[in-house]
Amino acid sequence: MTDITTEKARIGAPSAQPFINGFTEEGENLSPLNTGTNTSTTSEQPAAGPLGGASVKSHSHGGGVGIPDSSRAGRLTSYKLEDFKPLTGLEEDWRFTPLKRLRGLHTEVLDGAAPAVSVTAPAGVVVETVGRDDKRIGQAGIPEDRVSANGWENFAEATVVTVPVELQAESEVSVLVTGSGDAPSAQHIVIVAERFSKAVVVLDHQGTAVVSENVEIIVEDGAELTVVSLQEWADDAVHASAQQARIGRDAKFKHIVVSLGGDVVRVTPSTRFTAPGADVEMFGLYFADAGQHLEQRLFVDHAVANCKSRVLYKGALQGRNAHTVWVGDVLIRKEAEGTDTYEANRNLVLTDGARADSVPNLEIETGLIEGAGHASATGRFDDEHLFYLMARGIPEKVARRLVVRGFLNEIIQQINVPAIEERLTAAVERELAATDN
Amino acid sequence: MSTLEIKDLHVSIETEQGTKEILKGVSLTIKTGETHAIMGPNGSGKSTLASTIAGHPRYTVTSGTITLDGENVLEMSVDERARAGVFLAMQYPVEVPGVTMTNFLRTAKTAIDGEAPALRTWTKDVKAAMQQLRIDADFAQRNVNEGFSGGEKKRVEILQLELFKPKFAVLDETDSGLDVDALKVVSEGVNRAHAEGNMGTLLITHYTRILRYIKPDFVHVFVDGKVVEEGGPELADRLEEEGYDRYAAGAGVAVAPAVQG
Repeated sequence: MTDITTEKARIGAPSAQPFINGFTEEGENLSPLNTGTNTSTTSEQPAAGPLGGASVKSHSHGGGVGIPDSSRAGRLTSYKLEDFKPLTGLEEDWRFTPLKRLRGLHTEVLDGAAPAVSVTAPAGVVVETVGRDDKRIGQAGIPEDRVSANGWENFAEATVVTVPVELQAESEVSVLVTGSGDAPSAQHIVIVAERFSKAVVVLDHQGTAVVSENVEIIVEDGAELTVVSLQEWADDAVHASAQQARIGRDAKFKHIVVSLGGDVVRVTPSTRFTAPGADVEMFGLYFADAGQHLEQRLFVDHAVANCKSRVLYKGALQGRNAHTVWVGDVLIRKEAEGTDTYEANRNLVLTDGARADSVPNLEIETGLIEGAGHASATGRFDDEHLFYLMARGIPEKVARRLVVRGFLNEIIQQINVPAIEERLTAAVERELAATDN
Repeated sequence: MSTLEIKDLHVSIETEQGTKEILKGVSLTIKTGETHAIMGPNGSGKSTLASTIAGHPRYTVTSGTITLDGENVLEMSVDERARAGVFLAMQYPVEVPGVTMTNFLRTAKTAIDGEAPALRTWTKDVKAAMQQLRIDADFAQRNVNEGFSGGEKKRVEILQLELFKPKFAVLDETDSGLDVDALKVVSEGVNRAHAEGNMGTLLITHYTRILRYIKPDFVHVFVDGKVVEEGGPELADRLEEEGYDRYAAGAGVAVAPAVQG
C-alpha cells in the first residue's frame, strides 16, 4: 500500500531503495554525484566531509577543527629565526601548509635576489628604499612564525611608502613586486599612512619567486588607508606574506587580499587596534586551480575599546587537489569593551577533488561588547545547480560564470580602483575559461 | 497554438543495481490552453516524466519521442528546451550560491527571449508578480532559493512561470509541502499564467487537493511507469475517494485499460 504520509519523511533517503514494483524511489536525489549525501535543500543532514552534504552548509559554533588550545595572544613573536623551532607541519599554524613545497622558506638562508620593486605614486606620496636600520622598520609588528622571522633576518633593504600628514592621495599607489628567480629570498615593505591622510596602496605581486615577505602597515590617527595585496604570481611561485597593521585612533583601514596565482601562497594579515574608534575591514578573494595551495590566516586583535572590524573572505576552487585554507582569528581582549566584530568565510567548490578548509576562531574576554560573530560556509556548484539554471534557458557557460562572478564580485567591488577591478574581473574570467572544455 | 507530444516514452536510470526502467511507454498530448493532471502513487514515475521533459541528465530515454510543435525535444540541451518554451517548476528547487534572484531572473529572461527585457517594465513586472505571490521584496536581493522555506521556493518557481511565459509548464508536485494558504497563492499564480491563453499545463501531483484550485481538463493516472487510466476532472474526484489502492493491488496491473493518446 502507498502510505502518502511517508513521502516527506523519505526525502534524502538513498535513491537505491529495494526495488518494489511500481514504488521506486525517484526524483528526490537526482544527482548521482550526491548519492548518499543528499543535496535536498530541506535536509538538515550533516556534511559527510569538508565539501560534502547540502549545497550550502553553515558552520556551527565550536565546530570545525583547529580551536587553539591557548589564546591567540599567547603566540610566540620574535625577530629572530632561532627562537622558532624547526617546522614539522604539526604546528597549529602550519598544519595545512605543504612544507615540502615551501622550497626552503622555512629552512634556508633567504639570500636570493628579492623580487624587484617599482612604485608608481601620485604627487606627495614619498617612496624610499632604506637599509635594515631605518627607524621605521619594526613598528607595526613582530614576526609570528618561522618563515616571517626568516624573512626578517634576511632582507637586505626595505621599500618605505609614506603618505604624509593630511595628504589625500589623488590616485592609488602602485607597488609592483616582480619576481624573476627561484632562489629563496626575503622582501620587506613598509607602508605608513600618517595622521589624517587618505590613500590606496596596491601591492602587485607578479612573476616567479620564492619569497618570504614582511609588510608593515602603520595607520596613524584619523588616517584612511586601503591596502590591496594582489598575488598574480606565475604558476611555480612560492610566497609567504606576513602583513601586520597597527591601527591608530579613529583610523580606517581596509585590507584586501587577492590570491590567484602561485604554487603555494600563504598570506597572514593581522591588524592590531592601538587606540579606540578605529574601523577595520578585511576582505579576501582567492581562486585555486588544480594543485594550487592558497592559504590565508588572519588575526584581528581588539586590544582596546570601541573598535569595529568586519572580515569577509571568499574563495572559489576548481580542479584536482586545489586546496584553500582560511583561518580567521579574532581576539577581543578584556579591555576591548564596546567591540563590534563579525568575520565570515565563504567557499565555492566548482569541481570534484578540491578541498577548502575554513576555521573561524573567536576569543572573547569581555561580555561588554556591541557584537561578535563569525560564519563559515562551503558550498558546491554541482550538476543540480547547473541543471536548475539551464532549465531556465541559461546556457552552461553563462550559468557557471553567473555563479562565480556573482560570488566573487562582492569582494572585487570593494577595491574601488576601476583598473584593478577590471583586471581582476578579467582574471576571474580566465580562471573560469580554464574549466571550459 | 502549440502541441507538446509525448509518444511511447521509455526512460531508464542507472542505479547501483544496474539499469532500471522507470517509464514504460508513456504517451500524452498537451495543447495550448489545456491543463492535464498526472496523478499517481509514489514512485510511479511522475517526477521522472517531468525531469525527462526538461532534460535532466540522470534520465536516459531508451525509446519514444517528445516533440514540441514537431521539433524533436530530446535532441535539445536543457537550456534549449527552456528557450523553446518548456518550463519545469521543480519539486525540490536547489539553492544556487552567489546569484541573486534579481540577477538570475533577468539573465534567464534574457536567455529565453533572446534579448534583454526593457529595464523599467521588467522591474515593474517582477515587483508586481512578487507581490501577487506574496513574496517579500527583499527576496530579490537574496541568492536564488538560499534560505527560502519549502513554501517560498515553490512560490518562486511560480514567479518564474509567470515571468518567463512558457508555452508549456510542467509542475512537478508544486503542491507538496504547501499549507492551504500557500497552495491558494500558488494556484492563483498558475491560473493567472494559464488565463493569458498561451500556455499548456502538465500538473503532476500526488494529491487531489490542488485540483480544487486548478481545474484540469484531463486526468491521467500513472502507475508503474505507465498511464493506467485517463478521464476528465471526475476521475480526480474518484481518486480522492478511493485513493490509488485499486491500481496498486495486483502488482501494478491496471484495472481499467489505458487509453493512450
